[in-house]
Amino acid sequence: MMRLLTTIMLLALLVFGLWSWVDYDYWLLGPSPAHYTWWWPEEFSTIGQDIDSLFYLIAVMVAVMFVITMGGLVLFTWKYSAKRQDKAVFSHGSHKLELLWTAVPAGLLLIIAFSQMSTFAEIQFASATQDEEGNDLPVHCEIWASQFDWRFRYPGKDGRFGTNDDFESPYELVLPLQENEEGDAKKLVFLLRSRDVLHSFFVPHLRFKRDAVPGMTQRIWLGIDDKQMEEVLATREEKSFDIICAELCGWGHYKMSGRVRVLPQDQYEAWVDEMTAQQFGNS
Amino acid sequence: MVDIHAPHGSEARPGMGEPGTTREHHDHHELGFIQKYIFSVDHKVIGIQFMITGLIFFALGGLFAMAIRYQLAWPWEKMPVIGSVLFPNTGQAITPEFYTMLFTMHGTIMIFFVIIPLLTGAFGNYLIPLMIGAPDMAFPKLNMFGYWTMIPAIFCVFMAFIQPGGGPAAGWTAYPPLSTVTSAAPGSLSAQTWWLMALTWVGVSSMMGAVNYVTTIVKMRAPGMTMFRMPLTIWALFIAALLQLFALPVLTAASAMQICDRMLGTGFFTPTNLVVNQFNPETAGAAAGGQPLLWQHLFWFYSHPAVYIMVVPAMGLASDILSVHARKPVFGYKPMVYSMASIAGLGFIVWGHHMFASGMNPALGMTFMVATIMIALPSAIKVFNWLGTLWGSRIHLTSPMLFALGFVAMFIIGGLSGIWMAATPVDIYIHDTYIVVAHFHYVVFGGSVFAIFAAIYHWFPKMFGRMMNETLGKLHFVGTFIFTNGVFYMMHQLGMAGLMRRTADPYDYETYAHLQPLNEFITISAFLLFAWQIFFVWNFFHSMFWGKRVGRNPWRAASIEWDTPSPPGHGNFDAPLRVYRGPYEYASPEVEEDFVAQSRDLTGKSE
Repeated sequence: MMRLLTTIMLLALLVFGLWSWVDYDYWLLGPSPAHYTWWWPEEFSTIGQDIDSLFYLIAVMVAVMFVITMGGLVLFTWKYSAKRQDKAVFSHGSHKLELLWTAVPAGLLLIIAFSQMSTFAEIQFASATQDEEGNDLPVHCEIWASQFDWRFRYPGKDGRFGTNDDFESPYELVLPLQENEEGDAKKLVFLLRSRDVLHSFFVPHLRFKRDAVPGMTQRIWLGIDDKQMEEVLATREEKSFDIICAELCGWGHYKMSGRVRVLPQDQYEAWVDEMTAQQFGNS
Repeated sequence: MVDIHAPHGSEARPGMGEPGTTREHHDHHELGFIQKYIFSVDHKVIGIQFMITGLIFFALGGLFAMAIRYQLAWPWEKMPVIGSVLFPNTGQAITPEFYTMLFTMHGTIMIFFVIIPLLTGAFGNYLIPLMIGAPDMAFPKLNMFGYWTMIPAIFCVFMAFIQPGGGPAAGWTAYPPLSTVTSAAPGSLSAQTWWLMALTWVGVSSMMGAVNYVTTIVKMRAPGMTMFRMPLTIWALFIAALLQLFALPVLTAASAMQICDRMLGTGFFTPTNLVVNQFNPETAGAAAGGQPLLWQHLFWFYSHPAVYIMVVPAMGLASDILSVHARKPVFGYKPMVYSMASIAGLGFIVWGHHMFASGMNPALGMTFMVATIMIALPSAIKVFNWLGTLWGSRIHLTSPMLFALGFVAMFIIGGLSGIWMAATPVDIYIHDTYIVVAHFHYVVFGGSVFAIFAAIYHWFPKMFGRMMNETLGKLHFVGTFIFTNGVFYMMHQLGMAGLMRRTADPYDYETYAHLQPLNEFITISAFLLFAWQIFFVWNFFHSMFWGKRVGRNPWRAASIEWDTPSPPGHGNFDAPLRVYRGPYEYASPEVEEDFVAQSRDLTGKSE
């Protein structure tokens, strides 16, 4: 009785465990929102696809290991009951098996580890925000985090910070859709700063997250995949996306939100004009 | 130090000492009640003291979790019953400050007052001398002191709750400047200082325990008990004690630095020109020029090994219990030892995986990633060896065995989900989301707590001389297993959706708006999980006084703690003891019975 129950419970965990990953229109949630694929929000950044496929790569290996180990547990719990076995096998182990299950996982884990490196370097290394000669790419805007809001400081029309046409956009980060000569999305470089405590700049749809650390200025970059973005935008009415603070920053942490909106170049320039007029009057 | 030659005699003494001589040595002064049960130097009493204290705090930490779950399912809604007492000014709903305090103290209590004291404090104390054949710990008074330094820790934690501004609210990780600058949060007023002092006291307690465990295991093993004849529980506790010895000083130093930042005006973690909530610490005379990331490095240098302090002993306990109740030797004993040792060794060079998104040098992130992913290897070896132990065995589905099987199942899930987090690019997305919450709860709740339950059911007869009720134990397991998965499994999916931790009300975000039904499901499972523990509480306290009496070895286990009376008297072993073999000789072809006790002499000398 207990053997049957335990085996069923373990088997249920195995089956339910796998099925809940596959079936994303899960009965608990109802249909997932339009801007979702599978369990996660759709992405439209140039790096997002790499991150997602690395996730899937690990997911496949994890699923295989999960089935083998959990399957073994289910099988053994059912099969090797004291009621059915007269005497247990007297064995202290097997050197060959130990070698097998050391070497194979070691190889797989190394594959996983090394397959991550180039993507990580592309996201975080200093070279990611430099041109080929090693000069820093121009900064698109400064991201300032403070309790409990996001402020985005733009260089204004002259493209230079510290001049008196700099303007600030509270809450909303507006990005232009820019392409380089090859037609690829251009990297937009930002300076990420915090005025007070730790915060974390998190845009789920861009698969990006980085802590804003007081006393430290970090160069980060985002790249927008325009085709991908159009597909995502076509599924929804809202034209902007969530910016979320992902590092505890005090009692108001939960409401420290912002939005990110991407505009074609001409509309972006119009927005800059509008913001300039709003903050400096007609001068 | 106690006489390490008593009571089992030494090699040099002819006849290995008469039984009775050492008993007299211990018995000629009867101890009063206070010395025997309160200020006791007996490792068994101290272990049980740790256990009861840990279980009481477990209930408290569980209550905090229930309040967190209530808020996540029904944010800002009236809290039934206690709402009017706790939140009279906010319409009986949780306040955001209170919510930050809740998850801060849930983590703090569960880690520092429940899991570590239960594993190392309770089982470390209780089992080490019994399983290696020693009459007591090497330093019994230090051991007693180790328990009693938990009292100032508990005092400090309770003081933290009643400070102006409410309890500490900077998370159990206490990242500065949120935790150091008083204007950053109401919880960063005096409450944070009390929190830091509590942590320091807990550290002192753990340190005294660790010194004792290492000394006892190295110096006081019974004759014949070589290192590689020790049960895996002892190996695990030994390795965990070494981890504490090497890592704890760093946490103690770090909390001293944070206390200095808060009280003496130093600026270890305060950058220059910091203005928090219109207050610049420099205008109040404090130094600046520090680095917030420094705290993260120091904190995780301890707190990552602490994760292994919380899971390695659980692995040891589960290995022993699996072997006893499956009536089969542990598969690959030495690989088990080596894998635990390498988990501990690697555990010191992976702390940076908590900081992949922190702005730390990304080249460091790479190295931390490789080390972290490789730590999955010894974990995998352990899982395979547990399965190897079960293969061809004769499983008795007793309550301890059920929880040990549950431990393996939970550890598989918790271990596998860790690989995503170790992979830096993937972690950029899932860092600080509910995938992380799911992962560490599978390891620490599904893993460590299941192993603790298994160990309590398994060693309860030794501790109190009475069995716990098996029917209630099985009932306890079934509900706990189902609801644990109900609570934690779907948190992976919440994390996939990007839902971040420590958020009082995520549903205003468009990205998360649809997640409320799933959170309601999790919350209901959590309430049921919490309520289900009544079967355990009843069983534990009822069996302590009215359980079925047992003899020395109710489970027919081979390790030597079962040679003692149940419960063992002062000085533990009532006959001279010699160890002839490893602790897992089940189903041995040498004898008729299905096990050979470690202390049984098969040459016929003492038969």
